[in-house]
Amino acid sequence: MKVCMFHLMPYRGLPADFDQRYKSAYIDPLWFDVADAEKVGEYYNATLDELLFAAKSGFHGLCTNQHHQNVYGFMANPSIMAAVLANGTNGQNVAIVQLGSTLPSTTPPTRIAEEYAMLDCISGGRLVAGFPTGLPSDATISNGVVPIEQRERYREALALVVKAWSAREIFAWNGKHYQLGMVNLWPRPIQQPHPPIWIPGSGISGTAEFVVGQDHCFCHLSYYGAKNAKQVAERYWDLVARKGRDDNPYRFSFLQLIGVAATDAEAEDLYAEHAEYFFHKLLYTPPYYQAIPGCLEYEALRQALHHNPRAEVKLRELKAPDFFERGFVVVGSPKTVREQLLDGIKELRMGHLLALLHFGSMPTELCKSNIDLFAREVLPYLQDQWDDRYEDRWWPERLKVKRPTAAKIAEPAAAS
Amino acid sequence: MAAVDVRRIKLWQDRIDTEVEIAGSGPPLVYLHGPWGLAPDRAFVARLAERHKVFAPKFPGTSAGDPNSVHALDGWHDLVVYTGELFDRLELDAPALVGHSFGALLAAEFAAAAPGAVGRLVLIDPVGLWRDDHPVQNWMILSDAARKVSLFADPDGEAARRFFEVPADPAARVDALSQFIWAQACTGKFVWPVADRGLARRIHRIAAPTLIVWGGADGIVAPLYAQEFAKRIAGARVEVIAEAGHLPQVESEERVVAAVAKFLR
Repeated sequence: MKVCMFHLMPYRGLPADFDQRYKSAYIDPLWFDVADAEKVGEYYNATLDELLFAAKSGFHGLCTNQHHQNVYGFMANPSIMAAVLANGTNGQNVAIVQLGSTLPSTTPPTRIAEEYAMLDCISGGRLVAGFPTGLPSDATISNGVVPIEQRERYREALALVVKAWSAREIFAWNGKHYQLGMVNLWPRPIQQPHPPIWIPGSGISGTAEFVVGQDHCFCHLSYYGAKNAKQVAERYWDLVARKGRDDNPYRFSFLQLIGVAATDAEAEDLYAEHAEYFFHKLLYTPPYYQAIPGCLEYEALRQALHHNPRAEVKLRELKAPDFFERGFVVVGSPKTVREQLLDGIKELRMGHLLALLHFGSMPTELCKSNIDLFAREVLPYLQDQWDDRYEDRWWPERLKVKRPTAAKIAEPAAAS
Repeated sequence: MAAVDVRRIKLWQDRIDTEVEIAGSGPPLVYLHGPWGLAPDRAFVARLAERHKVFAPKFPGTSAGDPNSVHALDGWHDLVVYTGELFDRLELDAPALVGHSFGALLAAEFAAAAPGAVGRLVLIDPVGLWRDDHPVQNWMILSDAARKVSLFADPDGEAARRFFEVPADPAARVDALSQFIWAQACTGKFVWPVADRGLARRIHRIAAPTLIVWGGADGIVAPLYAQEFAKRIAGARVEVIAEAGHLPQVESEERVVAAVAKFLR
């Protein structure tokens, strides 16, 4: 079992009435109305500090991601963040997990091949190369990608990147969306023919089919918790079996919001406002900015119209206790958190847990205390899971040496 | 109402399978539908068929069982050449060409590329030109409420109600919504994210006598665009229908039918 610290880099200090002023966290919020560049500088630096702190604390990987024109998370180029992380973690047994640069939004996509190769070189071969298709609003509104071409471009771009990483000779790429006469990438990644490839998917689109077909790792970046991901996981593992792949849990990664404190009551108290900030202000995105005609391929569109499990959730009508009770956020004492996480890990057959230990308006001190408690009192109880029977084939080779298991902490007396 | 014959033809080296709905008799007329597919325009097409033999092709990707054929066309050059192939296969000799919204842009592009292939041209609320002071709304990212107001002069009227009506039966609901959404996806391929692909550079080639019809309450393309089109097409006439939005052929069918009939008489 690997546990990675995931970060969105949100705007932490939105005005209290933000959700009355704007109908969407994406596209609409006006920079000069709600944001401050000095503060944003603090947020970027705090984000980097928190991730580096997680590395020192014993997490297996650090995750960044790319989003645009929103208050929810705006690492517009995750490679810039990762360059700092790669350099700052040299000598540590930590992966740089890019989840990552969005191929269809970048022309030519060899730019991403170059950036990832740079990161692999800087980190000494510790890169996990994640390739999200990108949110519909990011790709099509912020970057002008034609909706019905988003996935077609994605598949072509990924094939071009993988070839560019390992081709021994100069080649010409005469594709539908990209034409390059002489591709001879400098630099190349240390990990050959390519770093491990992880691909995020919603579980609605046809992405999982593609990922299993290519034998990459599928990441379900849900904000609704392991409790609500059973259906997606079941469909995924059925697909894995149907395609004749093995049941190695490491081909499945899952994101979970987590808040740890000394006791359940303290955790619920500490994280309530940040959970509400996350779900009420940051995650609020109306369907017309995400369900853009063409972003789902025809069959996936029909499937989503038949049944979209997320369509019924009205986030702004729920309060912190609902988010906790429904498992959107796993909060509690270390004992509570590890029990709930282990249930989810086993239930979904999750090989990589992507722990979102910063969410909403959380100040950096609270985020670091969350990371610290998690690393000392939760992580040691999770990390041996699966390793007796499965090898993580989607992890940088140089990091596969078995880490010394941190001493398990005695049950805290106060834990409820 | 004239009987409708649905002809299915394979074009573009057999990569596109297109349904063409054919009805009526009289001088030939081709109708090119807008971003929401042919379905909302069927009543209007039936009225045109009272005086014409009407050919109403479905846009590539919107015919039953052939959603992915839209990927066979890579840009405007492909689309215009494809339209020429469609006209040839239907053995049309300079028919009247009527288009709405996106379909009107396609009609204008085709009439500019092949001036001899179009007898008379009717453009109903076309997209395709651009003014920074009056940007054309992106109809693919409107909320339900904004879409109603942008498309219809009377957002609570009968025409709007019918346009947005979704069947109660679950399977029929999926069919209706997927057609409505996918038609926007297929046509949107050629105008995303800004519905200006350089028609202004080519529009002077249009030689057919042209009627421009505009809904006076069009919330997608402001009515002042009627003059933008008219001043670029020699001899073009403009008819503004005050009580209609972006879909005058749906919201004010009678008046559009009369205007078209008078123009094509």
